[in-house]
Amino acid sequence: MAMLSFERKYRVRGGTLLGGDLFDFWVGPFYVGFFGVTTAFFAALGTLLILYGAAIGPTWNVWQISIAPPDLSYGLALAPLKEGGLWQIITICAIGAFVSWALREVEICRKLGIGYHVPVAFSFAIFAYVTLVVIRPLLLGAWGHGFPYGIFSHLDWVSNVGYQYVHFHYNPAHMLAVTFFFTTTLALALHGSAILSSANPAKGETVKTPEHEDTFFRDTIGYSIGTLGIHRLGLLLALNAGFWSAVCIVISGPFWNRGWPEWWNWWLNLPIWS
Amino acid sequence: MNPGLALGVVGASLLTVAMLFTAGWDLPPADTQQTGYRGTGMVVLQDREEQTALRAANQVPPVPWELDTSGQKASEVYENVQVLGDLGIDQFSRLMTAITEWVSPEQGCNYCHNPENMASDELYTKVVSRRMLEMTQAVNTEWDLHVQQTGVTCYTCHRGQPVPQNIWFRGGDPDDRFAMAGYSGGGQNTVGVGNTSLHADPFSELFSFDGVIGVTGPTALPTGHEVSIQQTEKTYALMVHMSQSLGANCTLCHNTRAFNDWNQSTPQRTVAIQGIQMVRTLNADYLEPLTSEFPPERLGPHEDVAKINCATCHQGAQKPLNGVSMVEDYPSLRPEQ
Repeated sequence: MAMLSFERKYRVRGGTLLGGDLFDFWVGPFYVGFFGVTTAFFAALGTLLILYGAAIGPTWNVWQISIAPPDLSYGLALAPLKEGGLWQIITICAIGAFVSWALREVEICRKLGIGYHVPVAFSFAIFAYVTLVVIRPLLLGAWGHGFPYGIFSHLDWVSNVGYQYVHFHYNPAHMLAVTFFFTTTLALALHGSAILSSANPAKGETVKTPEHEDTFFRDTIGYSIGTLGIHRLGLLLALNAGFWSAVCIVISGPFWNRGWPEWWNWWLNLPIWS
Repeated sequence: MNPGLALGVVGASLLTVAMLFTAGWDLPPADTQQTGYRGTGMVVLQDREEQTALRAANQVPPVPWELDTSGQKASEVYENVQVLGDLGIDQFSRLMTAITEWVSPEQGCNYCHNPENMASDELYTKVVSRRMLEMTQAVNTEWDLHVQQTGVTCYTCHRGQPVPQNIWFRGGDPDDRFAMAGYSGGGQNTVGVGNTSLHADPFSELFSFDGVIGVTGPTALPTGHEVSIQQTEKTYALMVHMSQSLGANCTLCHNTRAFNDWNQSTPQRTVAIQGIQMVRTLNADYLEPLTSEFPPERLGPHEDVAKINCATCHQGAQKPLNGVSMVEDYPSLRPEQ
């Protein structure tokens, strides 16, 4: 891939966290770095183990391939490879790859002298995943509480874990997470369409400015959050979506072990009417 | 700050405090039990403190004295002993003593018997008790698919109370149009079965022999299988009742990816369906025919007799009385066939 004329200016040495100059180079458009190497290692090993798991499993149907965690009886111990051990190693590989990727982003930020907003944002997604497969299983005392790695099987897990608490939609943190997910898509859709509308004026007219975008929202809803503000809002909404997802699953079991509808008895028990 | 906003902030803060500190949160660990293949999420989750309290509340009372089967038969000594006449006199007295402890510990023998004439059937409680003894024997001999070898005694339901704590009558106040529609009185926003606003009485319909509990369609896409929302809510209400009665969640019996599919369900579901059949049979064969025996104050708003559901025996435990068999000590309640 050819490098654009101005790109070379940004490809500067230094800023690495580990490895010094050793991995401080690019392969084509990709920055490598120590964490690029570890990302590649963990991602490749994890993918190969999933393929091995599929090979010793009952099906090659891509929808039905599943790498399941161990039985609850193994607790927090290591399980034999074919009885959940694969899941345990693949989980380590996944976390290794995700964290390496975030740290590689940090190194690129340091090279460019920009803030760490992107790796911080990505770390919320990693946190949600780690909550599901490490923190909650640790709190409940068995790796078997993690979710299986399979397209259909992880959906079955979601269904059954939801019904463990009778009706998961009554989980207050789940309500928040869902609301943030929907609001994220709303904000992104409004932002995307506003930008595109300014960039696509009527034939023969010039592209419009951000003032036009602001005025559109002031005219319709009386307020415009502004060009920088919309990105702050988007980040806030998206991070909250991931954060409350992590909260909603970690409280289910470790901190609440009845049906979620019952949680709302605090409302019925308010001293106002009880 | 304008007063409306201030009021809103104060109100929201108070509600947040209430929800964070009065919701009855728990701390880990919790007890978990796997009910399906690993990784399917089929797990029964139980609160440790609650289980300890439940075990303590479900202790079996001690037997009055050691059994002596010798001596004359009860029917040779007493008059009008229709069900337990073949028992030895000691065994008979011992069972009567136990039943008094189980059912009417405060009221004593006279709750059922006229002390002037113990053989008399003039008190309705004695007539009912006799039929209940027959019912207990029937449960222990004909419904072993549900009660296994553990069996039941009067105590399983009564727990020291003349009227068992968990019974049901047909649908609420007959003058309340919401109740007539099956919702707990006052409309939808009141608490019915299992702290939900589902139907308070799914039992009248679903515990009748014509009741159809299964509402799931046979195919993933709609192919003509039509069940009303009301019917589905009734099934949900019954399921929530079963869940509450057994202190278990949905995944004790079901793989929720296909609630209706027996091949994906746990063995417990077959025990449960036997229980539903048992409840239907006992209500129809033993309780409803006794309606005319009861005084009006013992009947429900629709003048129906008190009936049983899952909670009557289970009382929050997956196995009533922690699965301890009392019948072993009272063999007369499980007569040889």
